[in-house]
Amino acid sequence: MVWETVIGLEIHAQLATRSKIFSGASTAFGAAPNTQACNVDLGMPGVLPVLNREAVRMAIRFSAAIDAELARRSVFARKNYFYPDLPKGYQISQLELPIVGPGEVQILLDDGETRAVGVTRAHLEEDAGKSLHEDFHGLTGVDLNRAGTPLLEIVSEPDMRSAREAVAYARKIHQIVQYIGICDGNMQEGSFRVDANVSVRHPGEELGTRAELKNINSFRFLERAINFEVERQIELLEAGGEVVQETRLYDADRDETRSMRSKEEANDYRYFPDPDLLPVELDEVFIAEVTADMPELPDARRSRFNQVYGLKPVDAATLTVSRPLADYFERVVEVSGDTRLAATWVMGELSGALNRDGLEITAASVTAEMLGGMLRRIADGTISGKLAKQVFEAMWQGGGSADEIIEARGLKQITNTGAIEKLVDEVIDANPRQVESFRQADEKKQAKMLGFFVGQVMKASRGKANPQQVNQLLRIKLV
Amino acid sequence: MPLDRSDVEKIAHLARLAVSESELDAVAGDLSNILDLVEQMDSADTVGVTPMAHPLHMAQRLREDRVTETDQRERFQSIAPATENGLYLVPQVIE
Repeated sequence: MVWETVIGLEIHAQLATRSKIFSGASTAFGAAPNTQACNVDLGMPGVLPVLNREAVRMAIRFSAAIDAELARRSVFARKNYFYPDLPKGYQISQLELPIVGPGEVQILLDDGETRAVGVTRAHLEEDAGKSLHEDFHGLTGVDLNRAGTPLLEIVSEPDMRSAREAVAYARKIHQIVQYIGICDGNMQEGSFRVDANVSVRHPGEELGTRAELKNINSFRFLERAINFEVERQIELLEAGGEVVQETRLYDADRDETRSMRSKEEANDYRYFPDPDLLPVELDEVFIAEVTADMPELPDARRSRFNQVYGLKPVDAATLTVSRPLADYFERVVEVSGDTRLAATWVMGELSGALNRDGLEITAASVTAEMLGGMLRRIADGTISGKLAKQVFEAMWQGGGSADEIIEARGLKQITNTGAIEKLVDEVIDANPRQVESFRQADEKKQAKMLGFFVGQVMKASRGKANPQQVNQLLRIKLV
Repeated sequence: MPLDRSDVEKIAHLARLAVSESELDAVAGDLSNILDLVEQMDSADTVGVTPMAHPLHMAQRLREDRVTETDQRERFQSIAPATENGLYLVPQVIE
């Protein structure tokens, strides 16, 4: 039987404000427990929430980025439930009148096609604290530093039909929130959390019962969790069973999803408008001011890289994955004046070194200026591409600029014809047998055999001879 | 829309209120009366009326994004029933 997978995602993006959404406590990550939980965050009697302007600005920027309908009037509501990491007994969220209305993003599919995925809404809300269940002699420890951190919950339409599409959409949102500077995107620290609503059905039928997958902290796990869940639901249905609407936790170690609790009762949140907060009204002047300095968005930048720099679409996509990477690349192009070399080195040696050392581009020890400077030396023939790898490695290890390293290590390419000729003669004299068989071989074979001589000359020059000149001289002298 | 005893039990549980067995009928009656009142309002013509989210006709004032709170953990935790290593301790909750 043919099954169709239907996926919708709920993404919680922690907004990169300095203070909390309703209080003046710091949102900095990693502080000692409860040192950033003030009386508002603790839900002390008599305190009142006051909305953070920056959180509102960030929601407006997101709305502009996905071309959504921005609500001129939105309302905060109380979502009521009891849990120790939620001291007030309710979470301040938005239900009926969210700040960001319908919008959409384009995702790039595996076959190179783009597709639109609908964003139903995005609303502002406060985060809860953290419960620690281990090591407290049968008690639970609660850290409320995170309580009150601003979140933008971004809800998609059930538009995705495979785990790959869901990952492409999540990556796109991840890319956008970082480009517009509203979220640091750190999934390990929980700044960007993805929950997946997954169901299956026969094509054309009504939506099936969905399970909500939580506890997914990487894109890789998102794909695996969905694939596992789809298999589980299909097996269940084909055996005559029924899917229960519930929350399931993904366990990465065992690569499976497990039932957490039935949502039936937990879902009864008894929302009502929060009387402590007035409706949020946005005027056109404020909106214009907030969206005036919107950066170039990922899709626009990708197509510019494609058109202006003549990069292949796949390379343009790679180089615009993040704003710091795209900025870095453009700076290298500016300094080196060579787009092709810049693309090759940024995607090659630089990315390789970053991966190897587990670093982000912003922490690269080779700056865009340094890499650009080195590429200039390749372009003007001072060093060969091969030696450049040595220079790059030396720069990476903190050996100074390309020019300093080339000078200090004597890596300058030998372009003096006389010097190269001498090396060529030495190699020919030292290998009479190979020379003899070269001269007797046909043209096709000769082309192959030439490599041996080029290699010998390069070795004798310790890699510094200009390979083109070596080739030319060998062809003349061997015949 | 009359509520019965089981509705009251459910609502009381969600709100973590202890409503005793003997009170159930009375509470069900009181709550039903309130709902009847709301139902009467349903007959009013509200076409063209913007739903009211707040009795004050004002918009929310916004705060600058500045950290203004200092660490007062010691004071807050001095009135907490149990703490350890800076954490508030509560009866175990297991998901």
